[in-house]
Amino acid sequence: MRDMSYDAVMSRKNEIMKKSVGVDYTKYEVEGIAFDYEEMMKDAGYTIDEIRKIQLETGVGNTPLVELKNINKLIKKISPKGKGARIFVKDEATNPSGSFKDRRASVSAYRAKIQGYKGVMAATSGNYGAAVASQASKRGLRSIIVQECFDSKGVGQPEILEKARACEAYGAEVVQLSVGPELFYYFLVLLEETGYFNASLYTPFGIAGVETLGYEIAEQSMNQFGKYPDAVVITHAGGGNLTGTARGLKKVGAVNTKIIGASVDLHGLHMASDNDFNKKSFTTGHTGFGIPFATFPDRSDVPRNAARPLRYMDEYVLVTQGEVFYITEMLANIEGMQRGPAGNTSLAAAFALAMEMDEDQIIVVNETEYTGAGKLPSAQLTFAKENGIEIKFGDPIKEDIPGKNIVLPDHPSKVGVIKYPLEKLRKSYIKELKKRYGKTEFSEKELKFIAEDLRISTEEVKKLIEEVL
Amino acid sequence: MAKKGDWVQIYFIGLNPEQRASNLPEDTRRVPLEIRIKGFLLNDEAKIGDTVKIETPVGREVEGKLEEIYPEYKHNFGKPVIELLQVGKQLREMIEGDQE
Repeated sequence: MRDMSYDAVMSRKNEIMKKSVGVDYTKYEVEGIAFDYEEMMKDAGYTIDEIRKIQLETGVGNTPLVELKNINKLIKKISPKGKGARIFVKDEATNPSGSFKDRRASVSAYRAKIQGYKGVMAATSGNYGAAVASQASKRGLRSIIVQECFDSKGVGQPEILEKARACEAYGAEVVQLSVGPELFYYFLVLLEETGYFNASLYTPFGIAGVETLGYEIAEQSMNQFGKYPDAVVITHAGGGNLTGTARGLKKVGAVNTKIIGASVDLHGLHMASDNDFNKKSFTTGHTGFGIPFATFPDRSDVPRNAARPLRYMDEYVLVTQGEVFYITEMLANIEGMQRGPAGNTSLAAAFALAMEMDEDQIIVVNETEYTGAGKLPSAQLTFAKENGIEIKFGDPIKEDIPGKNIVLPDHPSKVGVIKYPLEKLRKSYIKELKKRYGKTEFSEKELKFIAEDLRISTEEVKKLIEEVL
Repeated sequence: MAKKGDWVQIYFIGLNPEQRASNLPEDTRRVPLEIRIKGFLLNDEAKIGDTVKIETPVGREVEGKLEEIYPEYKHNFGKPVIELLQVGKQLREMIEGDQE
């Protein structure tokens, strides 16, 4: 009888992972903390053309790039003279399960199928579960989705309950857990029991699946307005959306397009806290994932995370919950597109940034997601009120306190962003290396790796290390 | 009373508080890790609270306490939220007459 205690299962992690992902990560290890990222992406991933073929087979991708004409009019109206960039949105909600996550899931399901796995598994409370379940169905595979769903009183977050429903509609087994990081423990237990493929969000093929999103944006932009976008705003959580989109853009040649990550600010709420769990109205796209995954990507469920956002991010901005609900309402009411809310995090940021940018510039918001029961602003705000959260109009940037209130802008000009310095993320990255590995000294190869991971020079890395360690 | 083949939800403890991961926040450490799974009832008959076996949609057999029979989706669209209704009204007034 195998030891199924928490510690015993966690200690078998590497062995379980190797069997369930089919990638030998040791091949890419260089020295200490350093590994060969590009070699891993090349070796285990697929080319853009291969991915496009795989995605075409299951109806993923080729989503429209839509100008938000009424929102753009509004932006012009409230922006200073000469300002007010135009926003286009990549309508990813038109993918089979309603989000860009189909791109990630499509490649994993394909891979699982050709490698002879009977089923796929994913640990996710978000749209990725529906995407995995949907793509598994298309490939004739079974699927299990493990989600953190309830607090200790058995109260489920409405958005997550909706994801569970969607997964069940696609024929998945849904395993719903109460709050806690041990979700990963139970995920391993099930991988070991079933021998299914781990459709992790963070494998090279998962990230390669998102590259087509950046690729399409670049192509469509060139066709529709004769240039690459000036900026692409990307909702940032685990880092895969940003990494994949940015890589795709660069592969086409859109190397000067600014890559802006956007997360919902949930500072002060503890992500592993039973009490805080239902005090948040966003279950993804928030700082509770965005910051830890940017500063220590390898916290993921695979040994080496292919999502490494600091390699690509030019700017990181935070928006508030109230602003995202406001923008979601705006998109439905004046633009005729009911989408989001989590996917509209980047739209809220784009709205604020457009007011600062020149009127001849183009911003692309890289995704939308489907919406419905549990996910609508009305559902989330009703739930927030039931949980004692105050809903009010005001200045969201000044008055927002996550877990206490949700502040809707009293005027569209009050939609703003909090600019989060990349320098701060880079410093946290260095601190994490010390915390995780006890490292304070680094070899030349390690310094080179850190420099690539943070997109700065090795000299700058050395300076950062001196400052923080 | 549930019969064999009924679609049900079971509940069981994944980890008791003392078996949980270290470095959890205080409030989470105090409670067990709970797990809920839905599937088809394998017992001939059972009532809420009985220990039962189910077959999940992927064909796994799992044991737990019977919690709900034909569990209903209770999440919904929410109530009309006056603040959201006002947002739409304000924005429409701002761009009215401006559309192409």
